[in-house]
Amino acid sequence: MRFHFKTTYDQDIRLFPDLWTFSLYAGLLVLMFVMPWLISDFYLGEMTNVLIWAVAGLGLMLLTGQTGQVSLGHSAFMALGCYLCVNFMDAGLPFLLSFVLAGIVTGLIGGIIAIPALKLHGVYLAIFTLALAILADDMIVILEYWTGGVNGYFAPPLYVVGIEVNRWVNPAAWYYLALGTALVVTLLYQNLLRSPLGRAFAAVRDSEISAQAMGVDVARTKAIAFGISCAFAGLGGALMGLFAGAFNNETFNFLISIQLLMMIIIGGLGFVHGAFLGAIVVAFLPQFLSILTDTMGSASIPGLEVGVFGAILIAFILFEPMGLYGRWLKVRTWLELFPFARRDMFKRQKSYLKTERLR
Amino acid sequence: MSLLELKNVTLKFGGVTAVNNLSLSVEEGEVFALVGPNGAGKSTVFNMISRFYRPFRGSITFDGQDLLKQKPHQVSGHGIARTFQNIELFERATVLQNLLVGRHRLRKTMLLEEMLFIGRARAQERESRHAVEEVIDFLDLQAYRDKHIAGLPYGVRKVVELARALATKPRLLLLDEPASGLSVEETQDMRWWIEDIRRQMGCTVLMVEHDMGLVGKVSDRVLALADGAELAQGTPAEVQSHPAVIEAYLGTSAISKTANSQGERV
Repeated sequence: MRFHFKTTYDQDIRLFPDLWTFSLYAGLLVLMFVMPWLISDFYLGEMTNVLIWAVAGLGLMLLTGQTGQVSLGHSAFMALGCYLCVNFMDAGLPFLLSFVLAGIVTGLIGGIIAIPALKLHGVYLAIFTLALAILADDMIVILEYWTGGVNGYFAPPLYVVGIEVNRWVNPAAWYYLALGTALVVTLLYQNLLRSPLGRAFAAVRDSEISAQAMGVDVARTKAIAFGISCAFAGLGGALMGLFAGAFNNETFNFLISIQLLMMIIIGGLGFVHGAFLGAIVVAFLPQFLSILTDTMGSASIPGLEVGVFGAILIAFILFEPMGLYGRWLKVRTWLELFPFARRDMFKRQKSYLKTERLR
Repeated sequence: MSLLELKNVTLKFGGVTAVNNLSLSVEEGEVFALVGPNGAGKSTVFNMISRFYRPFRGSITFDGQDLLKQKPHQVSGHGIARTFQNIELFERATVLQNLLVGRHRLRKTMLLEEMLFIGRARAQERESRHAVEEVIDFLDLQAYRDKHIAGLPYGVRKVVELARALATKPRLLLLDEPASGLSVEETQDMRWWIEDIRRQMGCTVLMVEHDMGLVGKVSDRVLALADGAELAQGTPAEVQSHPAVIEAYLGTSAISKTANSQGERV
């Protein structure tokens, strides 16, 4: 059992509360850095895929987990980020600049779209954003000049500070690109969480009315959350398209949005860890299933992946709404308190009926 | 000039007149209580001051400024904080985070500073953390600092809500039924805190409360409401013995009874 003895306020502000936590994450970071030497190129590619999904997932996590606004339209912003990035590159900008710029512009456009959209609540917002995702599909076809339409767009070669990043030639470079992006996005996310805006997001999620009474401009805060969320999704989308090598309107199908939402729910809504855990599930599930069907000697079963994914999601919503990370927190607490953990420790308390809501 | 002034305020919901031509003024440094039966319009008055509702007629001024020109989120910027009748805390956050949201109106940093956590961001966090700790000390919340709201008992939530309002460093504190649902001991604590808030922090308090025991002990002036209109105003004792108030609470025949019994008791 560990006790936190706090002696300065900085211990509540720091990213890592104590040396033990810091060394754990430092260890994880070192492991991530030496990963190319540990696993084969195939699995390195899969790891890259996990990190890319995690970047996009962090985007949706900020909006849905942190601010409590549902979006089924993030595939549209992933597409926007991707096409902006390649178009900036075609215009002669270096990759890193195009990449960052694509994120920023996607964020701005997302923030502007959010101003009317976020007047809607719950299921209506979901419908609105779903419409955005479907609309994006058609827009990609219509704007053929910039997007290549149905025929698709072949990603230009990437150079980061003079080194070519090519999935087939040097997969490690691609892995580091995704890792770097994931690290930066996570750091920005964590910084937000420990500053007033991040707390305002949580305030808007839990009670708009008292957030207002505390001086939080709810509409503005939601728009900012949507903007930042779209920026992260745009970065994830740019990586996803470029990693695939070629992409068209089908790549950023609205099913990607739904998959993204399922991913953060399975991972654990409201936790940074949840985005990563969910990404691992999303990225490795198809591989896992194909290995499973192979060993069982049958040919691949169409629709199996979607079916299993749906079943997992239902199981999580029913039995562990806090997701994988929530489950891990319980296991960890049990281990830390061993043998004193009580059975009903995590029993959820029935909350009081909320009446007289001003909405 | 009074700190808070409502003049001839009227609010209707459809055909129902929730508040009818109500005027009241709260002086700096006093504890002012609104009492009245359920549905009298007490919380509606609070919600108008918080700008969640807009009155049909009348004016609301705070420290000489027109509150009706402000948006709901700008009200706290003037130094008005409030609690809610049905606790409105941020359920999935810790007590500490809840209190830190109270500091939101004092935020000076820009988006980019916060995302990169550079410059003023860290200094501001330290300052907020320090200020919040003072409130935690004041209300004895040390034991709950890192607990999530969702697991806290009702009485503690009530105190956390008061703490969050105090964290905004208010000049005027609106307490919507601070003692409802509290045990006798907790109500006693609440009474001392309200007295301390006024004395130590120099904060003006406007509260809605049904517990006449508490109202009688802490408030300087009381205004009784019924059906959205003023019944009586004055010291707690004056209002409690006012015939119109007794009628509103107990019915007409009660007046003669109290009039009879009063002679015996006094």
